Amino acid sequence: MKLHIKGGHLIDPMNGIDQPLDVFVAAGKIAAIGQMPDGFHPNKTIDATGCIVCPGLVDLSVRLREPGFEYKATLESEMLAAAAGGVTSLACPPDTDPPLDEPGLVEMLKFRARNLPGPRVYPIGALTQKMKGEALTEMAELTEAGCVAFTQADTPITDTQVLLRALDYATTFNLPVWLRPQDFYLARGGVAHDGPVASRLGLPGIPAVAETVALSTILLLARQTGARIHLARLSTRESVAMVRAAKLQGVNVTCDVSANHLHLSEIDLTSFNSNLYFMPPVRSLRDRDGLAEALKDGSIDAVCSDHAPVDDNEKQLPFGEASPGASGVELLLPLTLKWAEEHGVPLIDAIDRITWKPAQILGVPGGQLGAGSCADICVFDPRTRFTVSPKTLKSQGKNTPFLGIELPGVVKATVIDGHVDYESN
Amino acid sequence: MNAPLPDTATLLNTLAEAIRPNLSPETALVGIHTGGVWVAEWLHRAMGIKTPLGTLDISFYRDDFSQRGLHPEVKTTQLPFNVEDHPIILVDDVLYTGRTIRAAMNELFDYGRPGGIHLAALVDRGGRQLPIQPDFAGAKIELPAGKNIQLQRNEQGNLILLIQ
Amino acid sequence: MTRSLQLTADGQLKHLLTLDGLSPAILTRILDTAESFIDVGEREVKKVPLLRGKAIFNLFFEPSTRTRTTFEIAAKRLSADVVNLNIAASAQSKGETVLDTVSNLTAMHADMFIVRHAQSGAAHFIAQHVEPHISVVNAGDGRHAHPTQGLLDMFTIRRYKGAFHNLRVAIVGDVLHSRVARSQIHALTTLGVPEVRVIAPRTLLPTGVEQMGVHVFHDMQAGLKDVDVIIMLRLQNERMKGARLPSAQEYFKQYGLTPEKLALAKPDAIVMHPGPMNRGVEIDSEVADGPQSVILPQVTYGIAVRMAVMSLLMGPAQ
Repeated sequence: MKLHIKGGHLIDPMNGIDQPLDVFVAAGKIAAIGQMPDGFHPNKTIDATGCIVCPGLVDLSVRLREPGFEYKATLESEMLAAAAGGVTSLACPPDTDPPLDEPGLVEMLKFRARNLPGPRVYPIGALTQKMKGEALTEMAELTEAGCVAFTQADTPITDTQVLLRALDYATTFNLPVWLRPQDFYLARGGVAHDGPVASRLGLPGIPAVAETVALSTILLLARQTGARIHLARLSTRESVAMVRAAKLQGVNVTCDVSANHLHLSEIDLTSFNSNLYFMPPVRSLRDRDGLAEALKDGSIDAVCSDHAPVDDNEKQLPFGEASPGASGVELLLPLTLKWAEEHGVPLIDAIDRITWKPAQILGVPGGQLGAGSCADICVFDPRTRFTVSPKTLKSQGKNTPFLGIELPGVVKATVIDGHVDYESN
Repeated sequence: MNAPLPDTATLLNTLAEAIRPNLSPETALVGIHTGGVWVAEWLHRAMGIKTPLGTLDISFYRDDFSQRGLHPEVKTTQLPFNVEDHPIILVDDVLYTGRTIRAAMNELFDYGRPGGIHLAALVDRGGRQLPIQPDFAGAKIELPAGKNIQLQRNEQGNLILLIQ
Repeated sequence: MTRSLQLTADGQLKHLLTLDGLSPAILTRILDTAESFIDVGEREVKKVPLLRGKAIFNLFFEPSTRTRTTFEIAAKRLSADVVNLNIAASAQSKGETVLDTVSNLTAMHADMFIVRHAQSGAAHFIAQHVEPHISVVNAGDGRHAHPTQGLLDMFTIRRYKGAFHNLRVAIVGDVLHSRVARSQIHALTTLGVPEVRVIAPRTLLPTGVEQMGVHVFHDMQAGLKDVDVIIMLRLQNERMKGARLPSAQEYFKQYGLTPEKLALAKPDAIVMHPGPMNRGVEIDSEVADGPQSVILPQVTYGIAVRMAVMSLLMGPAQ
């Protein structure tokens, strides 16, 4: 398969490219940039006139809902949705049923994913068995089965002794640990940011300190153990300041934010719309703006979709009884473009946060389009805007707070490993 | 354009004279808000009736609630005498379809079983939709279609009938 | 969206979900209408035919005999047919969702749902999903709102104090968990009460409560000084378990309303309580049964206020 992507504007943040250039793909690799190699006869040409051509998106948090939650979504539906969103690599958290805590489960997932069109799937293994925060998983075995990192997803370890030992053990094998900082007790029973809006609506609150208390514990343990820690989905301005300071002190941490939290705040909760129920909760306007600024200045390394398809039975409920999360893998690019527009971020920097940076955090190929690298490519029209509706979403989960909102950026084609896995018509 | 009408004061006197032979010491006057109360107040004073005046707001008994909703200004119903066994004269300003009187009688019965009810209207303009007729009326007036007759009270407290 | 959900396009009340955002005119209209219903309860036949043929469903996902009863009496005095559903004990445990329950009752030609639910926002949720001809009245959702209780409290205050613009009102106790307090605060500030105080320990106040337009006091002596109206809130026993308070005894000593503390308020101050009371925990019996207490009239007025709400919502078909 030889592919010619013609007439587009190439943006490749890692290689510092931001100009009109054609891209040539052969045998799953980037064959050339700019000039067609001698004797190159493409089987297929993609007309990218008026479009941006960039590395395929790398999404750090996409729930595929397999095994265990196939009624919410299936591998097929979500991988198709991811490809339609320009995503070529994704990390899936282990919060499945059963959780990804045994090598057999990980191998099965990898096997199923390999035989479907769509992005490369990188499972994140459970840090503790059944994610109960008590006994460690076989991290070395799980790594051989295909896990690229270990995490507790949204179930924090309450026992700090277990946390310390988990970090020490992972560090023995130089395995990255991803943690979402949340103090179990301070967050207990809460469903919304503890602030004036939740107080008015009578929604039990999750205070910002539930995140920062846990974060300070994690940062101190990171410094002591030297663990490679990635902090998933920060939600407060104060957290960002703490991570910034820790990075300056040489602590080995990276962090991400969900695209939802760049745009939403507690103010949006007033209609009790359960599509706005997130973990962590959307917080104050000041927090939202702090996260958006930190992503711009690089204190936050990457944006993820935090894709969580939920079926109607679990979403069409009173706010506090609904399942948290939103379907988002198809909105990662549009929401990142919207953030860039609103905060005056150059397109090359915006694309960096959803391609090269997350690829580095994952430690996998992709995220750049240098000659000879793998041909994971996204072609999108940055100027066309579309209105989010259940019909435009390919994910099985139609739950998103952005329904009815107009967003920029329409994916024209997604190339994965040299194959055109998605092309809009 | 307003059509000529009989003088309102004359009508009130005619009505009072029609009622007078039928009064007993126990007779109670009950006016229907708003115009009927004005007429009843005038009669109560002019005829020196001893039983305290009653007033009815039939908002809760209307048969057009589901089309029109609750009237924006509901007045209170006050019956400062025991309805049970009392002879009652129900007073309204303009008798038209009869629906208001139906509602008023239903409401009266929710306070007790009156000894009897007579109906007095300042003007009977015809157009009845229910088998209800006045026992006493100031006048019977034929109104052209599309016209309405209304009782108003001016700043001096005088009652005036207007055709609109 | 919260605000428009309960109003029709021309500004009429369609549902009553919260008092937050309703205009003074709408609140006053409800109170005025309630005045005219007061005497219905004193008639020989305590019934008017206003809602004859209408089907009202009491949908109680959380048990509450008292509130349900007052809604039931109100509906019956309006001649509506009332069906009580104690869903906490039936469908929910069989896995039927709230929406299933609502569609089933809609198929039975319901005209109005009176909803009580443990989750804040549950009445909004149901209002968002009912057929357009159905009205929803929130009879208490989680910690969020209890609008008819808030209205009957305003009715009581207006009856005893005449007006709102010159009052100082203190709400004492567990504001954090209280939907009643939230509805009272919105109503009081909307109707023009210049000073609304909340008096409670920090563990029983919501974050940022000042942003609802109240003055915060932690000391009962200071907070009750010169107030015209004292509203005591019920303290539930489980607050002691959740480490919010050490003991009922200490709470009573600090925040219980005794004759001595009542003496700090204006001499003609009235004492209110949404009930049910915990005597000796938040209020001394001597105060609860004393001359300044208007706790029983509150209950009576509650029926007239709920009649007013029901008849205003069930006006012309949309």
